[in-house]
Amino acid sequence: MNDLTPDREERSAGLKGLGCSRKRVEDARFTQGKGNYVDDVKLPGMLHGDFVRSPYAHARVVSVNKDAALALDGVVAVLTAEDLAPLNLHWMPTLAGDKQMVLADGKVLFQGQEVAFVVARDRYVAADAVELVEVEYEELPVITDPFESLKSDVVLREDLAGQTEGPHGPRKHHNHIFTWEQGDETATNQVLDGAEVVATESMYYHRTHPCPLETCGSVASMDKVNGKLTLWGTFQAPHVVRTVASLLSGIEEHNIRVISPDIGGGFGNKVGVYPGYVCSIVASIVTGQPVKWVEDRMENLMSTAFARDYWMTGKIAATKEGKITGLHCHVTADHGGFDACADPTKFPAGFMNICTGSYDIPVAYLGVDGVYTNKAPGGVSYRCSFRVTEAVYFIERMIEVLAIELNMDAAELRRINFIKKEQFPYQSALGWEYDSGDYHTAWDKALKTVDYEGLRKEQADRVEAFKRGETRKLMGVGLSFFTEIVGAGPVKNCDILGMGMFDSCEIRIHPTGSAVARLGTISQGQGHATTFAQILASEIGLSADSITIEEGDTDTAPYGLGTYGSRSTPVAGAAAAMAGRKIRAKAQMIAAYLLEVHDDDVEFDVDRFAVKGAPERFKTMKDIAYAAYNQAIPGLEPGLEAVSYYDPPNMTYPFGAYVCVMDIDVDTGVPEIRRFYALDDCGTRINPMIIEGQVHGGLTEALAVALGQEISYDKMGNVKTGTLMDFFLPTAWEVPNYETDYTVTPSPHHPIGAKGVGESPHVGGVPCFSNAVQDAFRAFGLRHTNMPHDHWRIWQTANDLGLHE
Amino acid sequence: MSDKMHIKLNVNGEDHEFLAEPRDLLIYALREKLNITGPHVGCDTSHCGACTVTVDGKSVKSCTMFVAQANGAEITTIEGIGQPDALHVLQESFREHHGLQCGFCTPGMITRATKLLEENANPTEEEVRFGMAGNICRCTGYQNIVKSILAVASELNSAKEAAQ
Repeated sequence: MNDLTPDREERSAGLKGLGCSRKRVEDARFTQGKGNYVDDVKLPGMLHGDFVRSPYAHARVVSVNKDAALALDGVVAVLTAEDLAPLNLHWMPTLAGDKQMVLADGKVLFQGQEVAFVVARDRYVAADAVELVEVEYEELPVITDPFESLKSDVVLREDLAGQTEGPHGPRKHHNHIFTWEQGDETATNQVLDGAEVVATESMYYHRTHPCPLETCGSVASMDKVNGKLTLWGTFQAPHVVRTVASLLSGIEEHNIRVISPDIGGGFGNKVGVYPGYVCSIVASIVTGQPVKWVEDRMENLMSTAFARDYWMTGKIAATKEGKITGLHCHVTADHGGFDACADPTKFPAGFMNICTGSYDIPVAYLGVDGVYTNKAPGGVSYRCSFRVTEAVYFIERMIEVLAIELNMDAAELRRINFIKKEQFPYQSALGWEYDSGDYHTAWDKALKTVDYEGLRKEQADRVEAFKRGETRKLMGVGLSFFTEIVGAGPVKNCDILGMGMFDSCEIRIHPTGSAVARLGTISQGQGHATTFAQILASEIGLSADSITIEEGDTDTAPYGLGTYGSRSTPVAGAAAAMAGRKIRAKAQMIAAYLLEVHDDDVEFDVDRFAVKGAPERFKTMKDIAYAAYNQAIPGLEPGLEAVSYYDPPNMTYPFGAYVCVMDIDVDTGVPEIRRFYALDDCGTRINPMIIEGQVHGGLTEALAVALGQEISYDKMGNVKTGTLMDFFLPTAWEVPNYETDYTVTPSPHHPIGAKGVGESPHVGGVPCFSNAVQDAFRAFGLRHTNMPHDHWRIWQTANDLGLHE
Repeated sequence: MSDKMHIKLNVNGEDHEFLAEPRDLLIYALREKLNITGPHVGCDTSHCGACTVTVDGKSVKSCTMFVAQANGAEITTIEGIGQPDALHVLQESFREHHGLQCGFCTPGMITRATKLLEENANPTEEEVRFGMAGNICRCTGYQNIVKSILAVASELNSAKEAAQ
């Protein structure tokens, strides 16, 4: 039998299945400039739409005069709320249970809000016409601070005036949206009252933006002859867009085809439904011609989907030895003018209640108050599962603050509080069941690899040298240990606008033994066409190179909830495996028939079914595929295809251990990242090359957010960071090389044990970079300072601590 | 609007003649008049480099150049750098080293990298990072882009040495 072993390994390698660093099939197109992004869609007679946007953050719209714009040669239409009202499309529902103006209905609530939609022959004429639309505004008092908003007499949302009940319970004030509470506040307060040590800290997780390199856009084409609407767009959830488009427009769902073509990065920006999508549809219906709308970068940063903006206050209780006994967290969440957070319906603050982190905390409480202000709507998950970035930043800062309070090493404090391997599945105080983990092993590996003790020694020496005046550079050692929660569903807990958060895969095997598989997700750069084929290759024994993956066309792909919150591998990846197993079950029957044995007498072996105990008698999956189409097999229908709709029993909980070593020039405030080590455990690893790429990218977006990227407003509600001149996107020059590492703790409930990885590095990276900056100043009394740690703020921190004297 | 101008461009070895307004940007002339959609628009302010093309031998952000300024020029876009059956080494290398994810920045990135290696055939990692700093990527964190470019440089240099 030994001579068969290499053969099996060889066959297995030939499949390019699980664990193979398979090169990406997408790259042939992308490296040759043959991607097909929404702005590449060009249809005969296509018109261009452009928005008139409000220069004011809060104002009444007294009048809109379209005459001059309509008189311009090439202008086809100018739409305002008045035009949309008869269709009942001047407002639209948000994913958070609120509603949002499509075009300003009497007033505007944030700078950049959509007031009128101009439709013209080309983009230049449309832009000219935007300038010719005369809008008369009457300025209203502007509120950009959520705490001020909750005290103000100014009613921001007049449409909700008098409503004391919102979609998520009682509203305490006319600018209040919801209160969301998890855990046991009374018990938590009792623990805090009786605790040996309590550390308290307030922190602001600033507003930022996912800013994918491709902005949002859509092309709508209403074919009035056959009554069909085709909509191309930057949609992370094309099927949900189809359902929403049908509900809003009244066009039956089978008459709508939504296509997400190639997407130039999403990071959460492309989950929501934006006025531009709705206006392009209406404009196509009105004009009878295809209409394209693609926002420019300034519009993208001002109006579509900010992230974060959480004011968090924490209290953490512990024994003198550092055992955490309780955690209290309150958040004031600035949602802007409309509550357009992209969270599952029952979770108005997303999964913020993962904020007990990786630690065994017996009692905890979380309260979140959502508030309206005169800022852009959004609140999307920027490269994270619903608000997990905020949660992990919160707990990883609280751990650091507690370490300072206890005068204890922060790595050791984490170690003694980690949930232990044998405690999984672990029930957290705020309601989650963590599926699997081995935190101590990961932490020890990380600390050993970076020589943690050596780093602390070097840091202490540096502090002494600084005090002696021998250096002006301090050294920070940033730590973070994170637990993510990704892969929403299950359907019983998670839905978007009522649609349960399952996902799907349909696979069709062709007679010659190749296949096409379609899924309800959509890649935005993650490489689904490569990795889903790998999952299927291992399940059905056909080479990944023979399996085409298709996503993003609602006319062909099975219904799915899309790609965000790292849910593709945990949910659609599971559906792929399950669909593959259905194929295999039928293949087994076909093989048994061909081999003239009982179904139970054949077994699957990499790429074939063989007779048990007689491996030389076999039928390959290619033989079986052919037989499925050319043999009349008693009791079996012809053909070989399967579909699976997968409702995950639980979410998955990837985790990781990160260490950042940073030198900070006290006089310039410039941080220099000397080393970054990232250990990720995402369960079963499908394609190590792609995992590593995801980690590099997520860490870089973490670096951006921690060290400078923000959407900021002045008191008048003007966006101060509306272009890439002011909004920080790191270049190759600012970004270090990263060291990646891993452990493997499979998810016990996922068919192949995979957990998802795309967002982990961002979630774990932000606190790690921030902790490194703050750790550099710990020896000089710094307890906490808010992000983003740009050069100016770091200099200011050094100055406040008297380090420039 | 204003009077149209008669524009002649040679793009990827092919001559084109068309009318354009003085204010028409090169990127839109390429994308919308000539249907060359490899170069993309990412920012409109010449920060991101997704629109990078080569104009008369120099890397140019085509969102910040009027097509009138390019009149008579020879232009190379990603479409002219390699062909499906004869890819440029950089195109191969980006795939080999996973130097791209969503692909939106990739045409500009590779177009710029071809010029970088002409400007400096044997760059250090630092020189690659500095030379590519005008092109933003939101997905890869640059590590594998830098690796892809350095691998090509080292390959070309060993080939050169072997030839000598």
